[in-house]
Amino acid sequence: MNTLNPRNKKMALLCAITFLNLSIFAFAGEMKEVDTTGNKQNRIEIKDFAFNPQTLTVKSGEKITWINRDEEPHTVVSVEKQFKKSTALDTDQEFTITAGAPGTYTYFCSVHPKMTGTIVVVKS
Amino acid sequence: MSDYISHDHEHDGIDRRGFLQCMAWAGTGLLWTISGGVLVSRTLAQIAKAGAPLPATDLSFLQISDSHIGFNKDANKDVTATFQIALDRINAMPTPPAFLIHTGDITQLSKPEEFDTFDQVFKSCRTKDVFYVPGEHDVLNDGGKLYRERYLKSVEAKGSGWYSFNKNGVHFIGLVNVLDLQAGGLGQLGDEQLEWLEDDVKGLGADTPIVVFAHIPLWTVYPDWGWGTSDSERALGYLKRFGSVTVLNGHIHQVLQKVEGNVTFHTAMSTAFPQPAPGTAPSPGPMKVPAEKLRSMLGLTSVQYKQGKTALAVVDSNLS
Repeated sequence: MNTLNPRNKKMALLCAITFLNLSIFAFAGEMKEVDTTGNKQNRIEIKDFAFNPQTLTVKSGEKITWINRDEEPHTVVSVEKQFKKSTALDTDQEFTITAGAPGTYTYFCSVHPKMTGTIVVVKS
Repeated sequence: MSDYISHDHEHDGIDRRGFLQCMAWAGTGLLWTISGGVLVSRTLAQIAKAGAPLPATDLSFLQISDSHIGFNKDANKDVTATFQIALDRINAMPTPPAFLIHTGDITQLSKPEEFDTFDQVFKSCRTKDVFYVPGEHDVLNDGGKLYRERYLKSVEAKGSGWYSFNKNGVHFIGLVNVLDLQAGGLGQLGDEQLEWLEDDVKGLGADTPIVVFAHIPLWTVYPDWGWGTSDSERALGYLKRFGSVTVLNGHIHQVLQKVEGNVTFHTAMSTAFPQPAPGTAPSPGPMKVPAEKLRSMLGLTSVQYKQGKTALAVVDSNLS
């Protein structure tokens, strides 16, 4: 599991710079109302302190939405800081991003770091 | 006191099976004490009948934890009211505590208005001195900036908010283990804080009683639920030479205790809602109990130190 220790912070920073320049991962906002026009299949439910599904494969350009169904706040944070982190999501709050470049993106809940998940982005 | 000792194999007053079942006791209105390695317990009713305060000691302080102001789900729709009850209990103590320790999760969502409510309600507490450490709920979106601005005014905090102080010959250490958590990991102290800790205790005599407090347990309670601190072993290593170390934590909303050599680990009840015993539910989320049972699963922890005694007496009482 990759973690953000000082050794790979530099790499994370490089990734962040790359991302900023090339827009490999675009964002549709931090928290928003239910998007009825979005790709409903790309929903990750946070329940019982777990991301479900834990691994989600999406096409580049598709939206991904997390929704918190727990009575406990959770966050969505990229392990390698490849996308902007969510703020703390209270019960029934959502967080949406748009998948960018193909690749594997691991993330976790920074409040309960045992909770981890993976987004696999494939070519559209 | 012997009411609850059913297995005393070594005739030392310690019921080891009962000790392991202390989880269950938390809900039964018991005060329990471990002093000098001897476990004793008394029901609240017994204390009330005796009509006397606990014995006078050289230092008495109180731990309050996990108030979660702002939480409003089924497990407790009015956490402000139960927090107020806890304060009323403190105000009613025959001997007021010298100070309070709050072991984190003051708020549910780190919102300024939640901190405001906490501060407003707290004004009714007769005991004004409080020493805080943050819970993960207090540092959600700003890395603890607001928390530090409000709750570290009376201490000389270092780094992300850790500090130490002395009272009546006891050395107190408040640690922060809820920041910069790593994916897949547990609570974390980090190198900078650990180096500070090593230096902080360097000049102390081994006979100095040590009290360490932090939000997430500094012993591995249940790693599957993140109930532990990844680098706590290193911290405890620096404290190994001391004759009396008391570790007070919150986070898990239930009383658990472990004695390991000279170190007594203890977790406190919340004033907001209970959480399930390790591994007994799909997740550690808030536990719903019948309304009439809720207050028996919320509570406070009183700690007393008497000069010349090695172990501090740690006594839990619920809010029923």
